[in-house]
Amino acid sequence: MLEKAIQGSALYWIWLLVLLAVIGVGFFAYLTQLDQGLSVTGLNRDVSWGFYIAQFTFLVGVAASAVMMVIPKYLHNHKAFARMLILGEFLAVAAVIMCLLFIIVDLGQPQRLFNVVLYPTPSSILFWDMVVLNGYLFLNIFVGWVTLQAERKRVGPPRWIIPFIYISIPWAISIHTVTAFLYAGLPGRDFWLTAVLAPSFLASAFAAGPALLILLAYAIKIFAKWDPGKEAIQSLAKVVIYAMLAHLFIIACKVFTAAYSMVPDKLEHYKYLYFGLEGHTMLATFSWVAISAGVIAVITLLFPKNRQADNILAFSMILVLMSTWIDKGLGLITAGFIPTPLHHIATYIPTQTELLITLGIWATGFLIITVLYKVGIGVRKEIESG
Amino acid sequence: MKSNRRKFIKFAGLAALGWSICPSLAGAGPSRYKRIEEGLRAERWAMAIDTTKLTQEVMERAIAACHELHNVPRIESDKNIKWIWVETFYNLIYDQSHPYLQERQLPVLTLCNHCDNPPCVRVCPTKATFSREDGIVLMDFHRCIGCRFCMAGCPFGARSFNYYDPKLFLDEDEINRDFPTRDMGVVEKCEFCAHLLDQGQRPACVEAAEGVLFFGDVRDPESEVRQVLGERYSLVRKPKLGTEPQVYYLI
Ligand code: SF4
Ligand code: SF4
Repeated sequence: MLEKAIQGSALYWIWLLVLLAVIGVGFFAYLTQLDQGLSVTGLNRDVSWGFYIAQFTFLVGVAASAVMMVIPKYLHNHKAFARMLILGEFLAVAAVIMCLLFIIVDLGQPQRLFNVVLYPTPSSILFWDMVVLNGYLFLNIFVGWVTLQAERKRVGPPRWIIPFIYISIPWAISIHTVTAFLYAGLPGRDFWLTAVLAPSFLASAFAAGPALLILLAYAIKIFAKWDPGKEAIQSLAKVVIYAMLAHLFIIACKVFTAAYSMVPDKLEHYKYLYFGLEGHTMLATFSWVAISAGVIAVITLLFPKNRQADNILAFSMILVLMSTWIDKGLGLITAGFIPTPLHHIATYIPTQTELLITLGIWATGFLIITVLYKVGIGVRKEIESG
Repeated sequence: MKSNRRKFIKFAGLAALGWSICPSLAGAGPSRYKRIEEGLRAERWAMAIDTTKLTQEVMERAIAACHELHNVPRIESDKNIKWIWVETFYNLIYDQSHPYLQERQLPVLTLCNHCDNPPCVRVCPTKATFSREDGIVLMDFHRCIGCRFCMAGCPFGARSFNYYDPKLFLDEDEINRDFPTRDMGVVEKCEFCAHLLDQGQRPACVEAAEGVLFFGDVRDPESEVRQVLGERYSLVRKPKLGTEPQVYYLI
């Protein structure tokens, strides 16, 4: 099956080369970081997590959302998802690998990574996050590969794989829940210390993941000349709307709780996030872009006509991605650290090195997606041509 | 000094003996560290800071004593490292203050609280941060992976991360060879001078700020700390969070 990865058009190879170039640049940036430490980042004593951890959090959500294909296909026997499912599973694989890479580049002592395994510490949520993420990676590679191989032999998936598929459903929920618990269990970080953190993570994830998948489906249609199916895309679009509505609703609930109670410990973070404090308003600008993009996307998509028009749908998906990415990728972490425990307004702006490393990891993810999709779609085409 | 050296030689000899019998002890983790017999002992170490006596001069002396002893690099940016430093009273105790409080702008010393229920220990994925039996929260610089979870977990901003190689900011001749310098990429913080206590001495800042910082066993009703806590009104930082800080502020 793997041979399909090395038989491709010129365009395929050019794309891979572009990705490899970006990965190369990111890799060199990482070598600088290894040499000079995290001093090359914009992180500091007060904002001690930043862009890397934010991307990690966002991508855990993307990975978890594969469950949105598995549930309809296996729990509701929704045939339209048959073609889409493998795309979702492979996207999850790439997303989890990116997550792990983002964790590694964030470590001050990456060569000691295995201390987490050598001295397992169940009281630490990070320990559990490692367990569920690696388990999820394994599950998706395993299930994706076995079902694809079965399809290739033109038989149904073997019976013994079904339990693994069912396990992958709660497992997907668990990876994002545990990731939310990384933050939600910390005393004194009032921005994160809320029971709705895990639900809000899941809501935005189930908007972002399927939105990305719809965009990937369009890309496949154009470049691989293979149609994942209009019905599946339409169903996914509905998932995105519901999830996005839930996401915006939870934001409103959080803002209400802080704003109406007026408890300063909570309120200050929201002031910083949406209006800025002591003149630091850059994040606030982004936050409003996120809210606007999300609201516009939802309103647009509520009309079935818009949903059915491919270009409007694709554009709305870009808005959804933008909105959810800013929410988790920029706002969540920084606003959690500011104001600091000593009531100072710190600043954090990612540096160029940080951005290059981040881009390199995203390119790695896209490389994995491209190659896996190439194989998956190749097998599919082979079957369909008889 | 002399007796210290003798003690060290005795300890080194014992350690060598131990090592030849059981080599795995050399890599002893937090659960297997050794304590020297003559050390100061307590059920629960605690500190009380007399905020009424904290002059600029006293605070600077305490900070210098600590940072020199522990080879804390002097980095002038927001990536700095500090074990003990100065904040305004309001920034420390804002949840128990009000706008007309006289002490609002009063500069006060702050450091790790060596919490009885420390979230930093709870969140560390490698046990590189751990609580000793006597309540001191310590760091194993050789085990820490630099994930900085403990920094997010500490609600008091007590922890610093080595963004740089600290040796770049230390003067070769001024390095104290009795205390390790750290590698780049690990977290560090105040240790209540555990290594001094184990040698029978009191923490460096307490010595430097004689009469302003009180130190002792908070479980012992006769101790200096307990006496002063019994006589004066005192506060701890963010009691609502339940971390049970063991640094008390006398006001
Ligand atoms: S003050 Fe912070 S670092 Fe010190 S023990 Fe408490 S939680 Fe841990
Ligand atoms: S940075 Fe080091 S001490 Fe802190 S939680 Fe991570 S491994 Fe533990």
